[in-house]
Amino acid sequence: MGSDPIAKRNRRRPARRHATISGTELDPVYGPETGVSDPGRPGQYPFTRGVYEDMYRGKGWTMRQFAGFGTAADTNQRFRYLLSEGMSGLSTAFDMPTLMGFDPDAERAMGEVGREGVSIATVEDMEELFDGIRLDEVTTSMTVNCTAPVLLAMYLVVAERQGVTWKDLGGTLQNDMLKEFIAQKEWICPPRPSLRVVTDIIEFCTKEVPRWHPVSVSGYHIREAGSTAVQELAFTLADGIGYVEAAVARGLDPDDFGRRLSFFFNVHNDFLEEVAKIRAARRMWARIMRERFGAKTDRACMLRTHAQTSGAALTAQQPLNNVVRVTVQALAAVLSGVQSLHTNALDETLALPTEEAATVALRTQQILAEETGITNTVDPLGGSYAVEALTDRMEEEATAYIERIDEMGGILEAIEKGFPQQEIAEAAFEFQAASDEGDYITVGVNGYQSGEHDREVEILKIGLEIEDRRRQEVGARKRERDAGALDAALEEVGRAARGTDNLMPAIIDAVRASASVGEISDVFREEFGVYSDPAWL
Amino acid sequence: MLRILVAKPGLDGHDRGAKIIARALRDAGFEVIYTGLHQTPDMIAEAAVQEDVDAIGLSILSGAHMTLFPAIMEKLKASGAGGIPVFGGGIIPDDDTEELHKLGIQKIFKPGSTTQEIIDWVKDNVKPAEEDS
Repeated sequence: MGSDPIAKRNRRRPARRHATISGTELDPVYGPETGVSDPGRPGQYPFTRGVYEDMYRGKGWTMRQFAGFGTAADTNQRFRYLLSEGMSGLSTAFDMPTLMGFDPDAERAMGEVGREGVSIATVEDMEELFDGIRLDEVTTSMTVNCTAPVLLAMYLVVAERQGVTWKDLGGTLQNDMLKEFIAQKEWICPPRPSLRVVTDIIEFCTKEVPRWHPVSVSGYHIREAGSTAVQELAFTLADGIGYVEAAVARGLDPDDFGRRLSFFFNVHNDFLEEVAKIRAARRMWARIMRERFGAKTDRACMLRTHAQTSGAALTAQQPLNNVVRVTVQALAAVLSGVQSLHTNALDETLALPTEEAATVALRTQQILAEETGITNTVDPLGGSYAVEALTDRMEEEATAYIERIDEMGGILEAIEKGFPQQEIAEAAFEFQAASDEGDYITVGVNGYQSGEHDREVEILKIGLEIEDRRRQEVGARKRERDAGALDAALEEVGRAARGTDNLMPAIIDAVRASASVGEISDVFREEFGVYSDPAWL
Repeated sequence: MLRILVAKPGLDGHDRGAKIIARALRDAGFEVIYTGLHQTPDMIAEAAVQEDVDAIGLSILSGAHMTLFPAIMEKLKASGAGGIPVFGGGIIPDDDTEELHKLGIQKIFKPGSTTQEIIDWVKDNVKPAEEDS
C-alpha cells in the first residue's frame, strides 16, 4: 500500500467498462435514429407497456413478502405481523427438509429443520400455519417445487376445514421443476416424471381451483445462479414453452390454463436492463402464446409476473447499504410493471430477516407506492430511446437462445444435455473473474471498504431446540394416526403414480389421513426414481 | 498435483460458489473432485478417502453448518482421514467461525473472498497427504 492506504483504497476508480454485469454494452446515447419498435399501448397485445390499460392507477402491485422460519406458529406470527403492517399477499418459505421431501425426524433433515423456512410435515402443521387467517380473504404464494403437490393438497384441505370452497381460493404454487434442474436444484425425481407431476397440478387446478396459479415460471433462481439477464429471460420463457407443450399434450386448452400461468423474475442491479427485460418478456410471451400455441384470448397471452429483488446482489459487508440496493431494484420492478413484488431485507446475506429488517423491506415498497408518484401513469419509461432499444435487443438475443433450445428438441432435452446449466455456470464464472479483477465494483466489497462503520447487525437465530421439538411432535403425530387409513391412502398414491391418473386426488386423500411430506415423497422415490446431480462444473 | 475435494453438505442447493471455486482451483493447477449436491457427512468422508484427497472444501449456505460440519469432522476422523485440512465457506456468521476453528476447520472464507485468496490459501496451507507408514 502507498503512503496513505485509506485514500488509496477509497479513490474513485475510472469506469473501465460501459456494460451491464451481464455484459450488455450500452451506447453512449440513444436517440431517434436508433430505430426502435413501436411499443404499442398498455393493456393491448403484445403488452410491452403493461398487461393492463391502467396498471397501478387501477390496482397497485401486490406487496408479497416471502416469509418463513422455525415452526408453523413462528411463521404464522410473522405472516400476521406483516399483514398488519400493510403487506397485501402471503408468500411462504419452507425449510429444506420440507422442500426436499424429508420429515423433521428423517436423518437427512439433521441440522436443517426450520432454518431456511418453516417446517411443515403434516396437514396439522399447515392448519397451524394459517391459524387466524381465512384462506378466502388472502392470496398465498407457496415457494415449493418437488413437494408442491403435497403442500398444495395440504392448503386445499386446510381451506376445506375452514369451510372455504376451492373455487374461492386464490394464490400461486411455484411448481416449476424445469428451473430446479437448471438452477435452484431442489429435486426428488428425474426431469420427465417431475414434469408429469407439474402437469397433473396444472390440469387439476384448471378444473378444481380455477383462481389458482398452478405454476410460477421462474427466472429469479436462474439469475441468482449467475446467469445473464438475457439467459434469465430466455430460459424462463423456454421453461414456459415446455409447460404449455406438456399441458397441450395432456389435452388442455391454452386459452383455459394459459390465463393462470404466472411468472417470477429477478430484479437485479442494472436498472435500465431490468426494466427492458420485463417489457421484452411480456412482448415475447404474448407472441409465443398466440403464434406458437394459437391462444385466441388476450388473457391467455398476458405475462403476469411476481418479482423479487436480487439476493445475490446484496452484501454481507456494510449491510445498511443493502436498503439502498433493494430500493433501486424495487424501483426498476415498479417501473417495469410487475404485478407482485418481494423486497429483500438488509440482513438477507447474513440470515433470515429479523422483524425489523423485514419491516424496512416492506416500507420500501410502501414508500415507492405512496410517495414517488410513479404509479400515476403507466409505463413511464416507455418511449425512452434507451429503454426501447434495450427492450428490442433483449427480445432479439433471448429469441436466439430459444431458437437454439428448439433446435435441441426443446427444454427437456436441453436440460438433459446440461445446456442451460453450463451456460449459467460459464456466466457465473466470468462475472466472478471480472469482479475479482476489479472490473465491477461492489461497494463495500471490492471498493469503498471501510472498517469504520461496518456495523454489526443483529441477526435472526434459529435454535437447535426447534429441531428436537419438531422431531418429537411429528413422531407423536405419526403414532396417533390411523395407520390402516394411511397405508391405504399411500397405496393409492403409488397406484396413481404407476398409471396415468392425475395424482392430486390421491395425494389430497393421503394428506387428509395425515400422511407426511416425507411419506408421500417416498412414494415418488419408489415409483419415479431418485435423480442424482450430474455435478457438471 | 494436490487433490482437493469440493463438497456440498446437506440439502442446500446453492452450488454457484462451489462450482466457481472448483473450477478456479482446477485452473490454478490442482486436481479437483466436485461431489455435486446433497452430500451426507458419510458420503463426504467416503469420497475424501476414496479419492485420496489432500484437502477438503465445504460449501454451505443453508445455515445447517453447525450440525453438518461437526458431523463431517467426526466421520473423517472415524475413517482415518482426520488429518486432512478442511476449509469452508458460504453463509457462516462470524459468531460461528470460532466454534468451527475449534472443531478443526482451518479456514472459513467469508462472502466477498476472491478466488485468488482461496487459491493462495490452499497453496500456502495444503501439503501432499503423507503416506501411512
